[in-house]
Amino acid sequence: MKKYFNEFLKGIIRENPTFVLALGLCPTLAVSVSVINGIGMGIAATFVLLGSNIIISLLKNFIPDRIRIPCFIVVIATFVTITEMTMKAYNPVLNRALGIYVPLIVVNCIVLGRAEAYAQKSSVINSLFDGLGMGVGFTLALILISGIREFLGAGTLLGYSLVKGFEPAFVLGMPSGALLVIGLLLGFFNILKARKV
Amino acid sequence: MKNRLIVSVSPHLHKDESVSKIMWMVIVSLIPAGAAGVFIFGMTALWVIILGVVSALATEAILQRLTKRKVTILDGSAVITGILLAYNLPPRVPFWLPIVGAFFSIAIGKQVFGGLGQNIFNPALVGRVFLMASWPKYMTAFTRPLSFDAVTSATPLALLKEGKVLENISYLDLFLGKRGGCIGEVCILALLLGAIFLFIKGYISWHIPLPYIFTVGLFTYIFGPRGLFSGDWLFHILSGGLILGAFFMATDYVTSPLTRKGQVIFGIGCGLITAVIRLWGGYPEGVSYAILMMNAATPIIDRYTKTRVYGSR
Repeated sequence: MKKYFNEFLKGIIRENPTFVLALGLCPTLAVSVSVINGIGMGIAATFVLLGSNIIISLLKNFIPDRIRIPCFIVVIATFVTITEMTMKAYNPVLNRALGIYVPLIVVNCIVLGRAEAYAQKSSVINSLFDGLGMGVGFTLALILISGIREFLGAGTLLGYSLVKGFEPAFVLGMPSGALLVIGLLLGFFNILKARKV
Repeated sequence: MKNRLIVSVSPHLHKDESVSKIMWMVIVSLIPAGAAGVFIFGMTALWVIILGVVSALATEAILQRLTKRKVTILDGSAVITGILLAYNLPPRVPFWLPIVGAFFSIAIGKQVFGGLGQNIFNPALVGRVFLMASWPKYMTAFTRPLSFDAVTSATPLALLKEGKVLENISYLDLFLGKRGGCIGEVCILALLLGAIFLFIKGYISWHIPLPYIFTVGLFTYIFGPRGLFSGDWLFHILSGGLILGAFFMATDYVTSPLTRKGQVIFGIGCGLITAVIRLWGGYPEGVSYAILMMNAATPIIDRYTKTRVYGSR
């Protein structure tokens, strides 16, 4: 059990997809304007990761090595389609806010990266925990980034304004602000990592 | 008796210069422009300058202490950053604006890269552009000169951008600083006094400022409002932050090219971008963006203007 727990945990800190592997940065830059978008994107990506990791690890003995990427994409695209249709049906507002970045989960490098680097050579149960951990790590990273950006850039958190008279810095709501925040956080996590070693 | 024979490696002729001495001289050269700004806009301008300098120093000290490096706030570079940032702000900004700006200048513009000598961009301009993108409302609220109530008025360049007529602003007004604008940019006379001091001391050379100003003049003259060769080039040179930027910010040693040829290219590039932003861009003024963009191009300019080693091909 502890082994599985470790598989799960590594995606959150030690191999965090955003801050350590630096994967999936494009949706991170684009949707991290508000926390609710970040959570939505994180949950969507977690679901896709979980599904694709399980299916690909189940099919790993049947997927020919030469055309593995197209096969992965078919599996991933199936789950993305499910996600997008569900989101459209139950949360059209979020779907509109995330826009093109929901279908683009198909080419999200975290999903493909885990399929390629992990699921295709690991057991089903390991892949399940790996996908879950990576998804949660991605979601937590998105919440952190979008929390900073929403609070400093719009003065709110989850849509509620917290501090009276606080004048938000517009730049953090812009793409340049996203690059700044992600860059500083990456540096911060590198410092933490260097200190631990 | 003490051994008077000192054996040392060359160079044996030693000039009494150091980084921090040059920095303090630049600060001295900036005093007239600040004094003029305070005279024109009142005591609030002085508070903006003081807040900028103090918070730049505090940020530098705190960050260097936190990262366990030597605290070098006495070398004058943080003071310059604070002064230049304040000179680039309107006189009646809320008190926290220069503090946040100076913090951003020092923290993101300078210390993140490793401190003095390592930064890619001019720290003061990094702070200004951050403030401009974050709180445009405050950064474009200029007050009328020589009137001590908070009447806002647009800068001459902003009026020009909106296509309004510029009434009763003479070249002399522009030269002496009787116009709306940032604290340190308005009085051309004071800025030139400081610049001449630096020229005489040999701390800056003409290779960046003159091509810069010349290019802006030439371009704004060619692409005038009523067809080719009808532009008011003198107006464009005297207004905005061109003189401040050309003499005090584009010439920053760290972020400008090393060779003479490279510096001329740098100056012309700054001039081109400034003129393009002023004539066709969304902002009325483009000096800070022009200098920052050319800062980014500095390494590549340096690469292509490398001097030949004597004797090599």
